[in-house]
Amino acid sequence: MSSIFSLTMLAESVRIAVPYACAAIGGVWAERAGVIQIGLEGILLTGAFTAVAVTHATHSPTLGLVAAIVAGVALSLGHGQLTERARVHAVISGIALNLLALAATRMGLRALYDSASNSPGIDAFRFGPTGATGGAMLLRVLADPVFFCALAAVAATPFVLRNTRFGLRVRAAGENPVAAASVGISVTRVRLAALAVSGAICALGGAHLAYDQQRFESGMSAGRGFIALAAVVVSGWRAGRAALACLAFGVLEALQIVLQDEVRKTAIGDLIQTLPYVATLLVLALAPRRAGAPEGLGKHAAE
Amino acid sequence: MNDKRARALLPIVLAIAGGILLFNLIAFAFGQAPASALRLAFEGTWGTPYGLGQVLFKATPLLFTGLAFEVALRAGLFNIGAEGQLGLASLVGALVASNLPASLPMPIALPIVLVTAAAVGALVAFIPAILRARRGVHEIITAIMVNRIVDAILPWTFSTVLGSSSLRTADIAPGAALPRLDRVIPSFAGSAASFAFPLAVATVFAAMALLGRSRPGREIRWVGLRPEACRAEGIDVERRMLLAMLLSGAIAALAVSSTALGYKGYYELGLGAGAGWSGIAVAMLGRGKAIGIVLAAIFLGTLEQAGLAVNARVPREAMNVLEATLIVLVAVASRVASQGARAAASADPEPEPPRDKPAPTPASEEARS
Repeated sequence: MSSIFSLTMLAESVRIAVPYACAAIGGVWAERAGVIQIGLEGILLTGAFTAVAVTHATHSPTLGLVAAIVAGVALSLGHGQLTERARVHAVISGIALNLLALAATRMGLRALYDSASNSPGIDAFRFGPTGATGGAMLLRVLADPVFFCALAAVAATPFVLRNTRFGLRVRAAGENPVAAASVGISVTRVRLAALAVSGAICALGGAHLAYDQQRFESGMSAGRGFIALAAVVVSGWRAGRAALACLAFGVLEALQIVLQDEVRKTAIGDLIQTLPYVATLLVLALAPRRAGAPEGLGKHAAE
Repeated sequence: MNDKRARALLPIVLAIAGGILLFNLIAFAFGQAPASALRLAFEGTWGTPYGLGQVLFKATPLLFTGLAFEVALRAGLFNIGAEGQLGLASLVGALVASNLPASLPMPIALPIVLVTAAAVGALVAFIPAILRARRGVHEIITAIMVNRIVDAILPWTFSTVLGSSSLRTADIAPGAALPRLDRVIPSFAGSAASFAFPLAVATVFAAMALLGRSRPGREIRWVGLRPEACRAEGIDVERRMLLAMLLSGAIAALAVSSTALGYKGYYELGLGAGAGWSGIAVAMLGRGKAIGIVLAAIFLGTLEQAGLAVNARVPREAMNVLEATLIVLVAVASRVASQGARAAASADPEPEPPRDKPAPTPASEEARS
């Protein structure tokens, strides 16, 4: 039991929660602006791959991070162009985005590193004390620049959405695009701007995922984008609560890692890996019905 | 009428042309002369009878998964859980098939296996279906969660329940195996195309006809078009959604006929993986027509086989990139085409119910257009 209530556990939970939280905040930005975004998974994956590829080439994790954000913004804006300008159904565009990211990163692995499964190791950010104690681990997690950026995004999102002119426009575009357009807001432009923010924050999570493993693995996002989406739904499209839900997921997954060795010996064995997914299903099944969804989600200002 | 048909075909022609262009660009990026990779791809597919047989073999599971996505789409649902539905159904189907007595004749053994697989597929689809119908949870999130859970259950079943280190089932009973097509078309010799292909084509045509003509099939479509109107009319919307999703899962599961039953003779981990995703592209390219789905499946089967043919020079993952791009291209192209059609609508008025104001495009139609 002592291993469950320890600094190691806390460090693991926070570390694991970061990519979830970034994707969830990205989801909040897109969906509060009224754009259905199921492509978070693909943006996470692309962010992770871009971060590793650029870091590997330049030996600079900072450049890798910037490149990941640029890639995330580009993908997210691509989704926006398709849904808002070409009026492709957002779910179809999102599915295509996810498939494209999965295939393109695999192709990139083959092209750059001649591997079907993973990239060579990279030197990511390394700050904080060395050592294997729980305290040292926690400090290392907290001193990570990517974690800082993620934390800033989590903290700033509710404030920006609630208190700034831009946030108000984003919410207006998401709640009632027709009304927003009638008072002179360019719904498409507001949505594209929100999607750019969404893509940047989501890609941040991808970079964290890759830097954490010190390499890229094929399909390493492993459904996190969808779990994050579930967190957005359960939180009622509110950034702070979504981030908290993601932290709860981090705790759950850390618990799974801590318990793994003991559970492996029982009949459950590797099924313990399904814990986050089962938990997501349960939470979705028990949560109240679609409370707080933006009214204009998936709707347009003009036919 | 002719003009209308041309307009329906145009997006597909445009998308395929765009796809070929993109393939050349990718091949060029990998240092290939533009047309040489394309020639290689053609020679490995339609160039020889063996290649053609392989194309049909690759197209067979896509026929099922494409039809599965289409059935759910009719009800306005996105069944992206075909991967998990097919995975678990393949395992259970192969386990049942391997435990049947060897003397059991095909007319009994094959239906037993197929019905079992379909039931398992429907059962896997039941989780996202019931959550959508009863709790209003979007089926996309839940279907992905179920996919990941099945991904863990499959190796666990082999290692823990079956105690098999080879991660494959025992060989299936001969009565459950589908014979290869080269029995009747000798020039296909060596290719893995089996009688699952004609079975799949027949399933597509039969299912599409039933969807269009039977009462439940038409109600599924109405539910996708105007759920509120259906509710007012007394149609149980949730029940029809549930039916569409379960049907979709069952159909996706039938793809086991081309992998475990028609090809390997057993199920091993990863057999048939990816067919669920490609099925989405098949349904999008198929445009809701039986013949469209068949042609789209053959086209994507060609892409998959071509990927193997060029793999030494251009990674076969390029074909998956192409597939994802095709989904987007055909969606954009048909959107543009339908806007053109709307502009020309005054010229050829369609029989449409009168309405006071333009209603928003319903989900099941918007997804396609």
